[in-house]
Amino acid sequence: MATYLEFIQQNEERDGVRFSWNVWPSSRLEATRMVVPLACLLTPLKERPDLPPVQYEPVLCSRPTCKAILNPLCQVDYRAKLWACNFCFQRNQFPPAYTGISEVNQPAELMPQFSTIEYVIQRGAPSPLIFLYVVDTCLEEDDLQALKESLQMSLSLLPPDALVGLITFGRMVQVHELSCEGISKSYVFRGTKDLTAKQIQDMLGLTKPAMPMQQARPGQPQEHPFVSSRFLQPIHKIDMNLTDLLGELQRDPWPVTQGKRPLRSTGVALSIAVGLLEGTFPNTGARIMLFTGGPPTQGPGMVVGDELKVPIRSWHDIEKDNARFMKKATKHYEMLANRTATNGHCIDIYACALDQTGLLEMKCCANLTGGHMVMGDSFNTSLFKQTFQRIFTKDFNGDFRMAFGATLEVKTSRELKVAGAIGPCVSLNVKGPCVSENELGVGGTSQWKICGMDPTSTLGIYFEVVNQHNAPIPQGGRGAIQFVTQYQHSSTQRRIRVTTIARNWADAQSQLRHIEAAFDQEAAAVLMARLGVFRAESEEGPDVLRWLDRQLIRLCQKFGQYNKEDPTSFRLSDSFSLYPQFMFHLRRSPFLQVFNNSPDESSYYRHHFARQDLTQSLIMIQPILYSYSFHGPPEPVLLDSSSILADRILLMDTFFQIVIYLGETIAQWRKAGYQDMPEYENFKHLLQAPLDDAQEILQARFPMPRYINTEHGGSQARFLLSKVNPSQTHNNLYAWGQVRNCQVSRGGGQALFEKLVSKWISLALETEFTQVFCWGWGWGGNFEYCSWGGRGHWCGSPAVHSII
Amino acid sequence: MNVNQSAPPVPPFGQPQPVYPGYHQSGYGGQPGSTAPPTSYGAYNGPVPGYQQTPPPGVSRAPPSSEAPPASTAQAPCGQAAYGQFGQGDVQNGPSSTVQMQRFPGSQPFGSVPLAPVVSQPAVLQPFGPPPTSAQVTAQLAGMQISGAVAPALPPVGLGYGSFGPARGPQPNYGSPYPGASTFGSQPGPPQPLPPKRLDPDAIPSPIQVIEDDRNNRGSEPFVTGVRGQVPPLVTTNFLVKDQGNASPRYIRCTSYNIPCTSDMAKQAQVPLAAVIKPLARLPPEEASPYVVDHGESGPLRCNRCKAYMCPFMQFIEGGRRFQCCFCSCINDVPPQYFQHLDHTGKRVDAYDRPELSLGSYEFLATVDYCKNNKFPSPPAFIFMIDVSYNAIRSGLVRLLCEELKSLLDFLPREGGAEESAIRVGFVTYNKVLHFYNVKSSLAQPQMMVVSDVADMFVPLLDGFLVNVSESRAVITSLLDQIPEMFADTRETETVFAPVIQAGMEALKAAECAGKLFLFHTSLPIAEAPGKLKNRDDRKLINTDKEKTLFQPQTGAYQTLAKECVAQGCCVDLFLFPNQYVDVATLSVVPQLTGGSVYKYACFQVENDQERFLSDLRRDVQKVVGFDAVMRVRTSTGIRAVDFFGAFYMSNTTDVELAGLDGDKTVTVEFKHDDRLNEESGALLQCALLYTSCAGQRRLRIHNLALNCCTQLADLYRNCETDTLINYMAKFAYRGVLNSPVKTVRDTLITQCAQILACYRKNCASPSSAGQLILPECMKLLPVYLNCVLKSDVLQPGAEVTTDDRAYVRQLVTSMDVAETNVFFYPRLLPLTKSPIESATEPPAVRASEERLSNGDIYLLENGLNLFLWVGASVQQGVVQSLFSVSSFSQITSGLSVLPVLDNPLSKKVRGLIDSLRAQRSRYMKLIVVKQEDKLEMLFKHFLVEDKSLSGGASYVDFLCHMHKEIRQLLS
Repeated sequence: MATYLEFIQQNEERDGVRFSWNVWPSSRLEATRMVVPLACLLTPLKERPDLPPVQYEPVLCSRPTCKAILNPLCQVDYRAKLWACNFCFQRNQFPPAYTGISEVNQPAELMPQFSTIEYVIQRGAPSPLIFLYVVDTCLEEDDLQALKESLQMSLSLLPPDALVGLITFGRMVQVHELSCEGISKSYVFRGTKDLTAKQIQDMLGLTKPAMPMQQARPGQPQEHPFVSSRFLQPIHKIDMNLTDLLGELQRDPWPVTQGKRPLRSTGVALSIAVGLLEGTFPNTGARIMLFTGGPPTQGPGMVVGDELKVPIRSWHDIEKDNARFMKKATKHYEMLANRTATNGHCIDIYACALDQTGLLEMKCCANLTGGHMVMGDSFNTSLFKQTFQRIFTKDFNGDFRMAFGATLEVKTSRELKVAGAIGPCVSLNVKGPCVSENELGVGGTSQWKICGMDPTSTLGIYFEVVNQHNAPIPQGGRGAIQFVTQYQHSSTQRRIRVTTIARNWADAQSQLRHIEAAFDQEAAAVLMARLGVFRAESEEGPDVLRWLDRQLIRLCQKFGQYNKEDPTSFRLSDSFSLYPQFMFHLRRSPFLQVFNNSPDESSYYRHHFARQDLTQSLIMIQPILYSYSFHGPPEPVLLDSSSILADRILLMDTFFQIVIYLGETIAQWRKAGYQDMPEYENFKHLLQAPLDDAQEILQARFPMPRYINTEHGGSQARFLLSKVNPSQTHNNLYAWGQVRNCQVSRGGGQALFEKLVSKWISLALETEFTQVFCWGWGWGGNFEYCSWGGRGHWCGSPAVHSII
Repeated sequence: MNVNQSAPPVPPFGQPQPVYPGYHQSGYGGQPGSTAPPTSYGAYNGPVPGYQQTPPPGVSRAPPSSEAPPASTAQAPCGQAAYGQFGQGDVQNGPSSTVQMQRFPGSQPFGSVPLAPVVSQPAVLQPFGPPPTSAQVTAQLAGMQISGAVAPALPPVGLGYGSFGPARGPQPNYGSPYPGASTFGSQPGPPQPLPPKRLDPDAIPSPIQVIEDDRNNRGSEPFVTGVRGQVPPLVTTNFLVKDQGNASPRYIRCTSYNIPCTSDMAKQAQVPLAAVIKPLARLPPEEASPYVVDHGESGPLRCNRCKAYMCPFMQFIEGGRRFQCCFCSCINDVPPQYFQHLDHTGKRVDAYDRPELSLGSYEFLATVDYCKNNKFPSPPAFIFMIDVSYNAIRSGLVRLLCEELKSLLDFLPREGGAEESAIRVGFVTYNKVLHFYNVKSSLAQPQMMVVSDVADMFVPLLDGFLVNVSESRAVITSLLDQIPEMFADTRETETVFAPVIQAGMEALKAAECAGKLFLFHTSLPIAEAPGKLKNRDDRKLINTDKEKTLFQPQTGAYQTLAKECVAQGCCVDLFLFPNQYVDVATLSVVPQLTGGSVYKYACFQVENDQERFLSDLRRDVQKVVGFDAVMRVRTSTGIRAVDFFGAFYMSNTTDVELAGLDGDKTVTVEFKHDDRLNEESGALLQCALLYTSCAGQRRLRIHNLALNCCTQLADLYRNCETDTLINYMAKFAYRGVLNSPVKTVRDTLITQCAQILACYRKNCASPSSAGQLILPECMKLLPVYLNCVLKSDVLQPGAEVTTDDRAYVRQLVTSMDVAETNVFFYPRLLPLTKSPIESATEPPAVRASEERLSNGDIYLLENGLNLFLWVGASVQQGVVQSLFSVSSFSQITSGLSVLPVLDNPLSKKVRGLIDSLRAQRSRYMKLIVVKQEDKLEMLFKHFLVEDKSLSGGASYVDFLCHMHKEIRQLLS
């Protein structure tokens, strides 16, 4: 039998699923004792070049409350042409089209390798993709110019039948009518007035004209959506028009006096965009793309006033309840986000400014609708330009890597219930037999809506084992889960992707080893992190950290081996060995630490954390550091200050940043120009190697990371220095310097770091829990305490002492 | 049967009116056929040579035709010399020498005349009961007496003139016992074969005669304003003005140029003291426009106390070092830079070099202190706001307008010798939503911005909305080309109104300038928006206490809006093209309060109304305007301006605020005493208008006028001006209808008029029989004019007059000047075929009465708004042919609005005359050809104001009798 590692990897590749536990504890009680919940990371649209979609519709279980889809786990009676639903055990007739099936002539969905299968729905007219640009004009001239170029470029990337629309805003909001010839026409709205969807549609004249026309000419083909929307037109018709229009776009002409911010009506602009699509194309895949160069300064959704002397809210202000506009603005954007989600549209936010732009308030627009969030310094940077371009990249079939209006339904076998999901989704509030009463993340439903997706969008889905302890599951019993994702493919087809998985049940008392061995610590770390980040959105930071700590300790308690009064004896099995270290970095990560981050940055980081797949998420939790030297091939090194050596080049990938750092000597060499001398060509190669590697990462990543090329003593070196464990500067109780990065030694010897963790855990187990823990986390505690309390001392503070 | 009488003793230019002799109302009897079948008319005899001899005063003209009835000719002599004799304010207004009485019968060219009356008489009188009734009052024209004998008869009658309302009873037999002859005791006139039994229309004062006399007497030499308290020539007289220290009557006209010294006297006389001021009046090319005086940084020199501006009446004392204010007597220092020595008469040596010391009207350049926010204004802007709803598109209005604007924009008003106008323009179209246009010169195509948030109007763009015409010409042309196309298929019928004005005002505010909105609007604004109106027209309200609501705005929203407009200096000109009720009363609130104009083209059709609309538009766009103006009238101690009438807004009791003021707008100011006046020093008026010129220059225009003061009532009556008085009274009454029932307003007018005349009779006229009606010379037309006011559509609407028409006229009259009200209330009726074709001058007018029309003639009638060409049924074929290019009367299209362009002297002359009439008026008068006996004739007859009107308005004669009765009641 293959190892679990292989099994996990295989499953991930085939189904896009990583479970925290791959053997499931068979009773509710035991499951809760496992600390890490039974959960999975699901990448519903994981790219499967080897999986061509089938051109027919799925066969459903006939029980109305079930409607599970025929899958390889079903019992099939080929003779009677019957199949038994593996969720509700209903026996179903095959539909007439399946009369020819037999053991040797199976439809694809019954074959084991098609545990994930994609159906193309032929019904209904295909609806075109819709792209609605919402463009801020309160930009600097060169910024606007760059943005205009990017937008014009994007037009050439869109499929010719895609509908596009343009809304520009500054002090006013302009909805451009694209159909007209000659005069360019736009509808203008005051940026200060909140309008209802009805009002917006009335004012845009969207409400009535289409109807009587149709009645008058019943014979005409139903072209209704195209007729009624002068604001959204097929790109092939208005390509030139729109290009000109974008070309003529001017900066907001209203004067901005000194000491003021420009008046920017982002809230109203977004509201109009939402209202426009709501009225014209409900339940059709559409992207609202918001490009903004600063914070909303007026009207509903304003984040900061126009007085420059009043800075935009900081975490400190929020703590002090000093952020005047935050609550109201958040409410406004939440309302919009929910409406958008209901309509199946998604909102992207491209915010490029040196200061904050109000992402904190606007985040829900992207988070709830599955839109992108991109943050940059200027539209005139390659970061924005390439990120934006990457939105329109195509897959191996030449289709956009985006999907719209998806609903994800989760069906479980009886022993399980769905507790919730965390990711770019909203609840559809579908109650059913498999919905748990306990919520983890967005719960209380078995269906979620994900308005915008790409092949890497990943949701964390949390389950609850509900089987009672006294109702044992027979040996070899398997639990099953079916994920049904209906979505609009970028080729405008409607598709259904079905993934059905099953895992063995195990009795936790007798077969704990099995369960332990099937633990997927990477998945578990990400799933726990998602829970933590989800909590952090609504709870105080320290509470979340305490909760995480407690979970870690409980997990170690449960699965650690330990001889009494011998801290060094503490052991975790291989399948758990990395987990504490992930938690350690998670605690320091910008997802939970707000110190040194603006509220916008925090929102941005959390946004991406909640949607990336496992690999990317792990990088976010624990950045990767590679070291390049003459001594050998590049090697991963410990994320620690001790890794910063004079004769090394470091490449750090934090997901959001890629830092190339030249050690002191290397930097001097370069300055001396050795790389240009033929005899030092190897030095030239050394310099080039990290650049090439970085380029490789840059090519693939979305959003494009901030690319920093620096050297010893350079001002940008802070990006590296802030991430590494400052063991060299803190004379700690333990010799951090000797710790080797676990990633390095994944297969090999025991990492000191783990030892340390074990030490604290074991100490914690038998002594004063809290205190030990504080010591143990050492500077980490100090660090976070600084940020939260702002007082800079950690010792002896009751806040720290009461962690558990 | 008084045949002779009915064959009217023709006034100098009278026509025989065989059908309706004497009693002019008859025509309305509805039996014209029976009375005067067209066939029975004699042939047109053409102009008679004798006719031309009319003018020489005092020369008796022999009846040119032997057929002329000899009968009553002598009865109503009207020697023009006689008028001359009375001249200005000769005390003797009462019965006087016989010479005056002579009115010569004039020509009687029409052979058939004598016959007709016989036939017609019964029919004529039929509607009015006993035929002889009204004939008893005989007038001695020149003496202005109506036989005293009438009087006794009146009391028993009682009801006789209750008739001014619709309920007109049969006329009692008052007077019948009196043999007319006896009443003429003192009248030595020519022999009268038969005693007249009724008041002869020719014997009562004739406006035509008065106008003609004034023209002859005063038209020839310039009116020099140097002398205090001079009564200027009538508005109908062409005269030149030489400014020698008082403002030209073109700028200011007063009801009286002699003000009673005490308020008691004023109260006794009841003559309103008012000045009709037209601060930016256009002058004929021969007269120089006011000089502009630049006093540099110190600004205009003013009295420290009352702030009056330096003017010729200021007294320099102490060798020129100080001056005493002529208004408040405060003694001020003369600033050193202004010092000048005095000559031996106490006048400054440089008096004649300085306009402000020698002229009645001049301008100062204002300094920055006189500007809003202490900033010199930017050049004003014009915004064209065009209704593009279904109605406007369908009627062709939008296309027409856009086409016209393309060329019209080259003629924006400009200052002096400026190469191009400083005025910027902007464009808005609208229906239920507003469309703004960006016409920035750098654009290849205009950009349209739609604002649908009409509840909360704002201006969507800043840069590119208001542009310089020459810079953005290409874009503007492109826009005007495209507007009609863009909306060609519109189905939108609803419109908004208040948000449109609001938008224009906000645009000016954003551009920080004053300006004018040109609104072209078609329908009642019923779309959901502020200022939304409902159709509340209700004819049942007429003659009830609620009638006033028809004149009041429906909602207060427009007043509020107007206030904001005034504050911004945003003047609104409204062009209405209604097909039905649009509530002019409400829509005109903003134009009215912002000093704008309203033009109304009911049932607009391009073919018929194009010329009129375009001409009005051209004139309106091109005329010189002042923006963001404030006017203040200062007076010397003793009197004070207390009331103001016109198109403006007042936020306090003294400052007249005008968002815009053009050369046609008039402000009427009423004065009251607050102290005794001094005969010696007289009374002074100074009207100061602070405004922004069309080039954006801030200026002050000053008009000064000195009036005499009198202790004798006779002086007052001798120096009155009836036209101005009527102007004031009409405005007073038209404002009154907003607050009181129309009947009350009318009664007030009649009472006041009676009091004025009674006071004269009591205090000034020489003793005479109580039964005599004696009118002051200067006011002898007061009754006829007042009657016209009383009969006007606003105060006594006919069945065909819509509520909108009344509201429209009401607001028009509010800012009319004296000349306009004069012709508006008493239209000019010009016979076209009487005078020889070769004569270059305008034909002399005839009185506006049906009995003056001859069916063999063609007449033009104009009142400043309407122009009719009346064609008699028996006009010679040749005339028909040469005018209309058709062969017979019956082939003339009734309602025709354009005369064919024909190359013959008559056609040329008539068209030339029409053109010259139009040129005289501020609005284009659309021509309507009316054929005798045609249904359109009703419309025409409405303007024959001396006749009894269908709506119940009294005839001149009846009204005069009524007035007489009122006076007698007051006297007794």
